[in-house]
Amino acid sequence: MKAEINFICNNSEIEASVHPGLSLLDFLRKELRLTGTKEGCREGDCGACTILIGEYIGKDIIYHSVNSCLLPIGDVFGKHVVTIEGLNNNELNAVQKSFVEEGASQCGFCTPGFIVSLTGYFLSNKKFNVNHAIESMDGNVCRCTGHFSIIKAAQSSTKFLSKISSGKNHLNDLMKVGIIPEYFSSIKERLGELKQKTALTQTDSTIKFIIAGGTDLFVQKWEDILDGKVNLLSSNGISNLIKEENKKCIIGARASVTDLIESKIIRKYLPSLTEKLKLFGSLPIRNRATIGGNIINASPIADITSILLALNSTLYLKQKKTERTLPLKDLYKGYKKLDLKKDELIDRISFPLPAENSYFSFEKVSKRTYLDIASVNSSVYLEVDKNQITEIHLSAGGVAPIPLYLKYSSEFLLGKEISSENIHEAVNIALSEIAPISDVRGSKEYKALLLRQLIFAHFITLFPEKVNIKEIA
Amino acid sequence: MKNYDIERHVRGESQFVDDISYPKGLLYAAVCYSDQAHGEIINIDISDVEQVKGIKLILTAKDIPGENQIGGIVPDEELLAEYKVEFIGQPIAIVVADDQLTAKKAARKIKVDIKDLPIITDARKAYEAGKLIVPPRTFNLGNVDDCWKKCDYIIQGTVESGGQEHLYLETQGAFAYPVEGRGIKIISSTQAPTAVQRVTARILNLAMHKIEVDVPRIGGGFGGKEDQATAWAVICALAAYKTKYPVKLILSRQEDMRATGKRHPYTSDFKIGLNKKKKIIGYEVTFYQNAGAAADLSPAILERTLFHCTNSYYIPNVKATAYSCKTNLPPNTAFRGFGGPQGMFVIESAMYKAAEKMGIDTSEIQNANLIKENDEFPYGQKAENCNALITWKRAEAKYSIKKTKDDIKKFNDKNDMYKKGIAFIPICFGISFTNTSMNQASALVHVYTDGSVSVSTAAVEMGQGVNEKIRQIATETLSINIDRIKTETTNTTRIANTSPTAASSAADLNGKATEQACNNILERLKKSAAEILNLKAVKNIEIKNEIVYHNGKRTKLSWNELVKQTNLKRVNLSSHSFYATPNIYFDREKEKGNPFAYHVYGTAIIEVTVDCLRGIYKFDSVKVVHDFGKSFNPIIDRGQAEGAIVQGLGWMTIEEVMHDENARLLTDSLSTYKVPDMHFTPEIEIEFLKNVENPMGIFKSKAIGEPPFMYGIGGYFAIMNALKAFRPNADFKISSPITPEKVLLNLHSKIDEPVTA
Ligand SMILES: Cc1cc2nc3c(=O)[nH]c(=O)nc-3n(C[C@H](O)[C@H](O)[C@H](O)COP(=O)(O)OP(=O)(O)OC[C@H]3O[C@@H](n4cnc5c(N)ncnc54)[C@H](O)[C@@H]3O)c2cc1C
Ligand code: FES
Ligand code: FES
Repeated sequence: MKAEINFICNNSEIEASVHPGLSLLDFLRKELRLTGTKEGCREGDCGACTILIGEYIGKDIIYHSVNSCLLPIGDVFGKHVVTIEGLNNNELNAVQKSFVEEGASQCGFCTPGFIVSLTGYFLSNKKFNVNHAIESMDGNVCRCTGHFSIIKAAQSSTKFLSKISSGKNHLNDLMKVGIIPEYFSSIKERLGELKQKTALTQTDSTIKFIIAGGTDLFVQKWEDILDGKVNLLSSNGISNLIKEENKKCIIGARASVTDLIESKIIRKYLPSLTEKLKLFGSLPIRNRATIGGNIINASPIADITSILLALNSTLYLKQKKTERTLPLKDLYKGYKKLDLKKDELIDRISFPLPAENSYFSFEKVSKRTYLDIASVNSSVYLEVDKNQITEIHLSAGGVAPIPLYLKYSSEFLLGKEISSENIHEAVNIALSEIAPISDVRGSKEYKALLLRQLIFAHFITLFPEKVNIKEIA
Repeated sequence: MKNYDIERHVRGESQFVDDISYPKGLLYAAVCYSDQAHGEIINIDISDVEQVKGIKLILTAKDIPGENQIGGIVPDEELLAEYKVEFIGQPIAIVVADDQLTAKKAARKIKVDIKDLPIITDARKAYEAGKLIVPPRTFNLGNVDDCWKKCDYIIQGTVESGGQEHLYLETQGAFAYPVEGRGIKIISSTQAPTAVQRVTARILNLAMHKIEVDVPRIGGGFGGKEDQATAWAVICALAAYKTKYPVKLILSRQEDMRATGKRHPYTSDFKIGLNKKKKIIGYEVTFYQNAGAAADLSPAILERTLFHCTNSYYIPNVKATAYSCKTNLPPNTAFRGFGGPQGMFVIESAMYKAAEKMGIDTSEIQNANLIKENDEFPYGQKAENCNALITWKRAEAKYSIKKTKDDIKKFNDKNDMYKKGIAFIPICFGISFTNTSMNQASALVHVYTDGSVSVSTAAVEMGQGVNEKIRQIATETLSINIDRIKTETTNTTRIANTSPTAASSAADLNGKATEQACNNILERLKKSAAEILNLKAVKNIEIKNEIVYHNGKRTKLSWNELVKQTNLKRVNLSSHSFYATPNIYFDREKEKGNPFAYHVYGTAIIEVTVDCLRGIYKFDSVKVVHDFGKSFNPIIDRGQAEGAIVQGLGWMTIEEVMHDENARLLTDSLSTYKVPDMHFTPEIEIEFLKNVENPMGIFKSKAIGEPPFMYGIGGYFAIMNALKAFRPNADFKISSPITPEKVLLNLHSKIDEPVTA
């Protein structure tokens, strides 16, 4: 399968006839010979391949960092791809200089990825904050420096740029201080021209892979993808919008985790998620990983799925012209077995907007706190009236072949008071609902113990005056 | 002091093996690996693969023209397994094709019929079965057997330490092409170009001079590319030799993790005896090293474990025995510290357990036993210019240790959910290859007629900044602008018979050789200057900042002019110089000697906060006083120290190498093997110990690559101390890495709580 794809890479218009499922990384390195973008893992876990993608959102070009190893080239159609080479001026820019001055690079293999991530932060934000600048590199791993010097480089470049940026004409301000080269000013117009040329359409029954963000598919099957026909969800009419409707929150299945974090609705109704979702992958992964993909991939530790289970979500499934609804908790039939027909796609997901008297908590523990898959995760949504639980949904990940809705423990707690004894009892019930296995994420004994701890953690965090760690030690 | 290399790194312009532009006609090699850990090869069936479009050649052991042997210290490892496989990931065949994916897919399709043999993955089991790589070694000091009766406390125990994946960000790889006269040129990502050259010559049955190995730079090594870069380079060379085309092989991350060895896991037994004054009277320790399936560098690593079995302490009676045990894992190999960390972890554990029994803080025992000037190490060398106590005391004062400890106690009294822990960790690390003959290096310096300078040495740039240090040495010695000096790739044709870039010693050895070579040229230039200026005596001539001075007075003669005229006078503007570390030796019969040029000392204090509800932790700070000697590039040296500290903390905590019962690696990707990231990194404060010029080091500095790694050991005990604050009476097992899983199980499982005392 081949498709005509055109986009701008750095300062050049590129036209290519390629398989749309080819990873952009391979195209950059092998075809364009832009070797500053490195391959360190091919699974989104090292950040050496980080690039920026600029695209029209509304009237502006917005840039996001992504892992080029997991990015189907079909998805950069009509967009601006920026690699380290596209950030170079004759002189080192302030970000690059800060790395040199702090000694924030040793062998140098990871370095272009860090520079691109940090520059991406300055490009896509108008107000700078040191911690956020550092967090923008949460998808980059450096084995040499130990990161402390990189943190210092981020601090000094943020300080330098905070002095300069006025915010109004952001790109211009960055260009003036050489953070990005002059040609960036022409991109908006040039992308506009590109857009009209061709469009990528392909829907037919021989399609083997439907790629949304690709963050699961490209890790698991990148070689197979190149052998078959693919369909990109981005060209399929499935929305990425998150909206409020009839006391419900509706999430387009193509919404990314970043979309979720940045959504005003989520911030209003589930404020704790903004911080907690930083435990999901890394910034470039969150920029690509979709909600629909998280659900369909059906990993037992899927974080978003755990959250949506506790929020009592419903799926809207679309097959050609028909549509049906399915409670999320009924989707999973066994390990990676779904109640889903061939050709059926998730169009959107909905859940009732949290009530005034509601509480929500998401907990996740992994070997490494950030950018790691959970050993166990758990979510709870509950409504409380006069100290009584009037509605409750508990979920648990990593302790069963499927993302698990804890039916019996939820039922037990319904109508109960929040007290240590009741939580103890609910935990006992939960432990009888699960079937953890021993694997790289932990022994089954550990996972059972961890679930117990995380259920307590929900209540200790939400109701510190009623439940206390001393009672469970 | 800006680093020339970094300026290219930040622009993405530095070229690694896979980045170099290759000629048309490039072929790709892929490897067919054993997927069984132990067995006899019955048959290799390539029939499914031969006919695949794009396949150029398939090679097995019988196609090797020379000797099928890549072992360095012991000849016990084949390049391609012929009759027997001994670990999963062992190369069996090579497929060469005109694109990478075709080669890889074909390699996976080769059917290898293997008859299973029993698998051993555990070092103690291998020991019991008598499977040793080399005979055991024992170091003795004083008389351990007689000492126990003098002890008031005797503590025994077992200590486990896990393996560690190097995770150099650039995976293993090489590129080879045929050159005139049936020779081969290899571009390799190796720390040991000469090893690649030697083994290629052996495999191809060619003289070494027909093989040229070139290393532009490598994307991290940490020891993982000292011995284990060789196989991949030789595979490329063999394929290039056979096809007469250029061939490239770059391992995917997963292949790399599965097929290459790691830091050795150790399991050890100790017995330690102390008197009431907290003095250690005796220490007996037995190490079982999990060597994997072949010797690789294990015997040398075993030796360093023994050298460092008492870390920074003086113990009058020591008996340390070490076994290198053969198992069915990929041959384990060099990794920063080279067996030292494993040895030090056991003595630190023994002291921790002793303190527990005596009801005191471990730091009291550590402090009471720090090694002093002229104290003897178990291998007979005496401590000289010993800075153990000085760094300890300075750390206590500089980091207000009393107050910190009080604050932690207050925090722990107030908090039920979070507990803080703190630990001291002094280090002492010997500098030199313990194989004395390897302590040699050479440099080749050319001054060109335009005044620019080129320096070649045996050192491989792998992020440790050796290129920049060599440039500094040349610029200072010749007193010319640093922009005139270029360090070249490491190349076996320019510099022969090199030792690997390892043992933290590259800057010392190659730096000294560079200094000598520059001095040789300088002497000739001064003589020439005297002639040009019509002066009789050379001795009052100096070059300062590119100008010739006579008797302290500036002359008109500039560097450029001097160089040009000297060349016209037919004087040699090049020098090749050789350096060998003086006064070191070691007698392996007696297990005594003076193996190290000097020792590096330092003390770190590590603080951690443990979330006792969830079993996770975050290091708050690492505060260090380190003896860098007289550092001549503090940015590079600090960077090395920081990187090593974090890597050491990773080894002790979240980096867990796991296998299943069939010896299959479970943690074979970055999603299952986790290394420290931005969020993991603590505050790091490092004070450079003052007034410590090191007469044995280049420009009076000290080697820096490995020693700070061992500070990471303190991270383990900081966590243990936090756990103790939550569960004071528990008797925790010593087993690293202390993952969140182990933390949580230690905190909350219903294990019995036997009290040690
Ligand atoms: C480095 C890294 C870190 C990660 N960290 C986390 C983490 O912390 N937590 C976590 O939960 N996950 C994590 N993941 C997994 C992954 O990012 C998520 O599962 C993500 O949500 C998948 O979405 P996607 O759009 O990328 O899926 P894709 O890979 O595009 O698709 C996955 C599957 O879903 C199908 N699909 C996608 N959309 C639809 C649709 N609308 N209708 C029907 N089928 C569809 C695809 O056909 C495919 O089978 C991580 C992945 C990586 C690589
Ligand atoms: S190559 Fe490691 S994240 Fe893409
Ligand atoms: S500098 Fe080597 S991995 Fe970061």
